[in-house]
Amino acid sequence: MVNASYQADATDWAIEAKGLVKVFGKHRAVDGVDLTVRKGTVYGFLGPNGAGKTTTIRVLATLLKPDGGSAEIFGHDLSKEGDEIRSRISLTGQYASIDEDLTGMENLVMMGRLMGYGRAAAKIRAAELLKAFGLQDAAKRQVKNYSGGMRRRIDIAASIVVTPELLFLDEPTAGLDPRSRNQVWDIIRALVGSGTTVLLTTQYLEEADQLADRIAVINQGKIIAEGTSSELKASVGTGTLSLQLAKAEERSRAAEILEDKLSVAVHLMPDSTSLTAQINDSFLVAEALSELAKNQIAVSDFSFGRPSLDEVFLTLTGHAATEEPQPEEGGS
Amino acid sequence: MTGYIEQREKEATELRLNESIASSERPKPPSAVASTLTFATRALLRIKHVPEQMFDVTVFPVIFLLMFTYLFGGAIAGSTEEYLQFLLPGILVMTVAQITMYTGIDLNNDIRKGIFDRFRTLPIWLPSALIGSLLVDVVRYSMASVIMITLGFALGFRPAGGLMGVLGAIALILVFSFSLSWIWTVCGLIVRSEKALMMISFMVLFPLTFVSNVFVDPRTLPSWLESFVDVNPISILATAVRGAMHGTVTAQQVIWVLIVSVIMTAIFAPITVYLYRNKK
Repeated sequence: MVNASYQADATDWAIEAKGLVKVFGKHRAVDGVDLTVRKGTVYGFLGPNGAGKTTTIRVLATLLKPDGGSAEIFGHDLSKEGDEIRSRISLTGQYASIDEDLTGMENLVMMGRLMGYGRAAAKIRAAELLKAFGLQDAAKRQVKNYSGGMRRRIDIAASIVVTPELLFLDEPTAGLDPRSRNQVWDIIRALVGSGTTVLLTTQYLEEADQLADRIAVINQGKIIAEGTSSELKASVGTGTLSLQLAKAEERSRAAEILEDKLSVAVHLMPDSTSLTAQINDSFLVAEALSELAKNQIAVSDFSFGRPSLDEVFLTLTGHAATEEPQPEEGGS
Repeated sequence: MTGYIEQREKEATELRLNESIASSERPKPPSAVASTLTFATRALLRIKHVPEQMFDVTVFPVIFLLMFTYLFGGAIAGSTEEYLQFLLPGILVMTVAQITMYTGIDLNNDIRKGIFDRFRTLPIWLPSALIGSLLVDVVRYSMASVIMITLGFALGFRPAGGLMGVLGAIALILVFSFSLSWIWTVCGLIVRSEKALMMISFMVLFPLTFVSNVFVDPRTLPSWLESFVDVNPISILATAVRGAMHGTVTAQQVIWVLIVSVIMTAIFAPITVYLYRNKK
């Protein structure tokens, strides 16, 4: 019983995929993805644009036929039992997958009818969802007049008119303000609380950290690391030194000094003033810092502790997850 | 105090959220009829919210009829009133045939907007998504027909076939247009952009509608062109519609229209459904 969580039998899996391949022309968008997702958990696909996250989801949601490999969703074969799978899953795509010309209410009633509700039941269900998602005031407005956050919520509401056993969310919070993002996170947590399995893609490391029980880091169609967020961080090293310098032009000299003192590789972060290094010895860190001070290199911020997922990604792929510089939070 | 109230509000929202998620039971997937009607309702709601899309079935017929009657009437038949008797059935066929292409454009828009993906992950009989909107298109075609015939009547069109003849003619047009629409749904699924789709539709429809017997008697044409006009599906339909309206239609003419319609549907409807299901 010690390792019970890892010796689950087949009925515990929502998704079991082996060697999935999807090729577009010469481009191998999904290149041999193995994946197991336990029922009732959140699984995060983390990776930059074009890594193959969306394509993998579309294959698993029966929208694309894989060119290789096999997968079972709740024990049903992806290539043979499409209808069986479609009655258990729901997909919220990257772009609003609802009719923008219709009102919020009309969209949800339509989805209810298409899920098999009668006319009256569909209306009751739509009203209930609009209220739960804080959209009752916008019920009679066309979705094209909704804000970004409202659009995402109506989109997710449309996916759970009948609560699916497995929900695919493709970048659920892309482009949302922090408040709307938190609302979407609350919705995802509530869904998981009721037993739904969620597979979500994200480029936001914080999102994967916050929501996902397990995370797969995807790059160029391949899973390059998999595990819980702590496992991923531990695989990179238990300690991370993050430094932000006052002057960008001093960074290369600072990197030299640190490499010399710590004798480990120093990574330059996407912004022009930050660098990180994997190191376990706090005494060495103190020495390195005083060496920087001796050389008149001013440090505006530094932290020492477990690595962030940003740093995990950088170490695993050799390049940053996002193109934009990630502002570091002070002294975390 | 505000913190307390906010906290209570958050809890109330969470409670509603949890209830709405937990309370849903799984109904049986809808029947083919129910899902088709739902998609038809969607198309009707779209007309309600975007009435501009009725432009093609209201203004087009009026412009086309007035334009061609007065442009060609004097030159071709000697008088506009006499030409109208010949022209109206044909121009009605041409107008409705041309507006069928919007079926493909609507579908193309759905694909690019992502709602298409949602429909495809539903446990429904997939063709209902297409048939539902085609049924509403049939309503649109009927509207175009009624508008054009009413205007024609005001201009002096007198169908010898009477009301039954006119209704029969409209029925033929609707059957034919429904079948023709499947060609545009195939194009809508293959072509990437709306612009390219418009271009392809015009490239097919312009020669097909103009190089027909809609405007002129094919006997006035060079023989190589006449043989094309004779097998052109638009001519076949125009002949039957003209016959029905003027009370001279033969069973053979009607059967030919039905054969052409069945052939178009039999070829393009299955291709559409296949592409819809397997779209990349």
